[in-house]
Amino acid sequence: MCMAFLLVGPLFLALSSSAWSELVIRVTQGNDQPTIIAVAPIALNGIQIKEDIGSIVEADLKRSGLFSAIPRRDMLAFPSVASDVYYRDWRMLGTEYLVVGAMIPIGEGRYQLDFSLLNVTAKKTEFNHRVSGTKSQMRDLAHLISDKIYQEITGIRGAFSTRLAYVTANRKNGKYIYRLNVSDADGAREKLMLESPEPIMSPSWAPNGKELAYVSFETGRPAIFRQNLVTATRQQLTNFTGLNGAPSWSPDGKKMALVLSKDGNPEIYILDLASKKFTRLTRHFAIDTEPTWMPDGKHLLFTSDRGGTPQIYKLNITSKATERLTFRGNYNARASLAPDGRTLALIHRSSDTFHVASFDLVTGRMIELTQTRLDESPTVAPNGAMLMYATKQGDRGVLVAVSLDAGVRYVLPAKSGDVREPAWSPFLR
Amino acid sequence: MIHSNKFGFTAVVLSMILAGCSSAPTDESTDIEDTAVQTGQVGTSAIDDSAMMDAASAADTVFYFDYDKALLKPESRAALLEHAAALNSNPRSVRLEGHADERGTREYNMALGERRANAVKKFMVLQGVSAGLIEVISYGEERAASYGSNDSAWSMNRRVELK
Repeated sequence: MCMAFLLVGPLFLALSSSAWSELVIRVTQGNDQPTIIAVAPIALNGIQIKEDIGSIVEADLKRSGLFSAIPRRDMLAFPSVASDVYYRDWRMLGTEYLVVGAMIPIGEGRYQLDFSLLNVTAKKTEFNHRVSGTKSQMRDLAHLISDKIYQEITGIRGAFSTRLAYVTANRKNGKYIYRLNVSDADGAREKLMLESPEPIMSPSWAPNGKELAYVSFETGRPAIFRQNLVTATRQQLTNFTGLNGAPSWSPDGKKMALVLSKDGNPEIYILDLASKKFTRLTRHFAIDTEPTWMPDGKHLLFTSDRGGTPQIYKLNITSKATERLTFRGNYNARASLAPDGRTLALIHRSSDTFHVASFDLVTGRMIELTQTRLDESPTVAPNGAMLMYATKQGDRGVLVAVSLDAGVRYVLPAKSGDVREPAWSPFLR
Repeated sequence: MIHSNKFGFTAVVLSMILAGCSSAPTDESTDIEDTAVQTGQVGTSAIDDSAMMDAASAADTVFYFDYDKALLKPESRAALLEHAAALNSNPRSVRLEGHADERGTREYNMALGERRANAVKKFMVLQGVSAGLIEVISYGEERAASYGSNDSAWSMNRRVELK
């Protein structure tokens, strides 16, 4: 039995990766002064793998907008260890950093990859690192290499090993198919979490990256579910009359903020996941929705139209005191907090179009980050370097990533149907 | 590590990186372990709309709203009075499905759709219909009636459907 799965598993993986890889990246705008890096092909020593690890690393780094890469066709040699590198050759190409590496089998289906980051200008090795994994983990190895290199050169923790959750909707003959998917941060290895003829909305990651909460209408009414990524175990958390929406997992993973309208209009509640106890936090006839946690676990941000138009408010969970944060414009909604605890990404309306804007909680400064007009659902990467949002290109929903300084931008369009509501995972290790 | 679930699906490996860093002075290393991801199964079936259709009533069953508003339009009134009268003489359960256009955020639009459906419910209750017969469900912007990102499509989508 076990043997059969060992044989079947990788075959199914190979088939499914082409069938499910729906997101394709196009970099549309980069940084003005990128670091020039060369990633030499990884020496495989006869190991047969279908991924080109060097290319995945190169694509990761380029997508960050902070790097440009020396094309392989321009390389004079493909060294795999530091001792084989002629620095002068690489300097002539304008290379600032060079990545070399080699893989060997270490038994029991595992492979070890030693790689080095070389500083071409200083002619020295910045670091050596060893990663290991199975053949099904070659993309993980590549993203891990990207993370290490990115952190060494930029000083910012890499987020290439993270994942995305998002919803796709396809309409055929008047019938819908909604899918909740999880993929790598680069859109590869898309995996179906849930498929339903009824809407699926508002995916939210557990802080450990092992579960998702979301809204599903599969019962004919909106209800909040949690689902384990590994076991596929699902649990329905709410079943109230009216709205059951906008789940947001607390930083400690023990609670969930959400929206219920069982008492007449939308209010923010906190659900204690262990005791199943609901605590109502807002009490207002206006719309209160889209709660998101501050990193301290003691405050929530939420959207409310209690002042006449939707604006972002801050709520003290203990005292239930609220404070309005945004004042510029007549529509500021769905705040997503960057890991610095200070920068908000939100949806801001200006001259009748809906953009993603950043809002500094300390200075109150708002900066529009996008020029598209129907932007939704901003989600900030766990390293704070990029955010992703949903928008429309033509009549199709696409995902776009933009750096928080708006200097870098790339698009992840789905091959078919609408893709929407991206949720960037926390760090997974 | 590859799992199979009880439905006989073979799980697709989507590995998660669990780093165990054991470091030598110059060489660090990171081992990757596997966890499998499985697809969840949708539970009970959705409500069957067809069972709720009312063949007897010929009045309009879709009521439109202005942008970011939940006020009934005067032109909705006649049809709503007719529905209320029909429900008063022949009580049955109805469903009011509130919708919004695609502009603005999805969860806010869920609230807006509900507010619209509640406005219709309130009107019908004032006409004597028992509140217990009316279920309000918001679909927000999830179920457009008209596709396209323009004023005419949006005006068709800001609606409440009586079912």
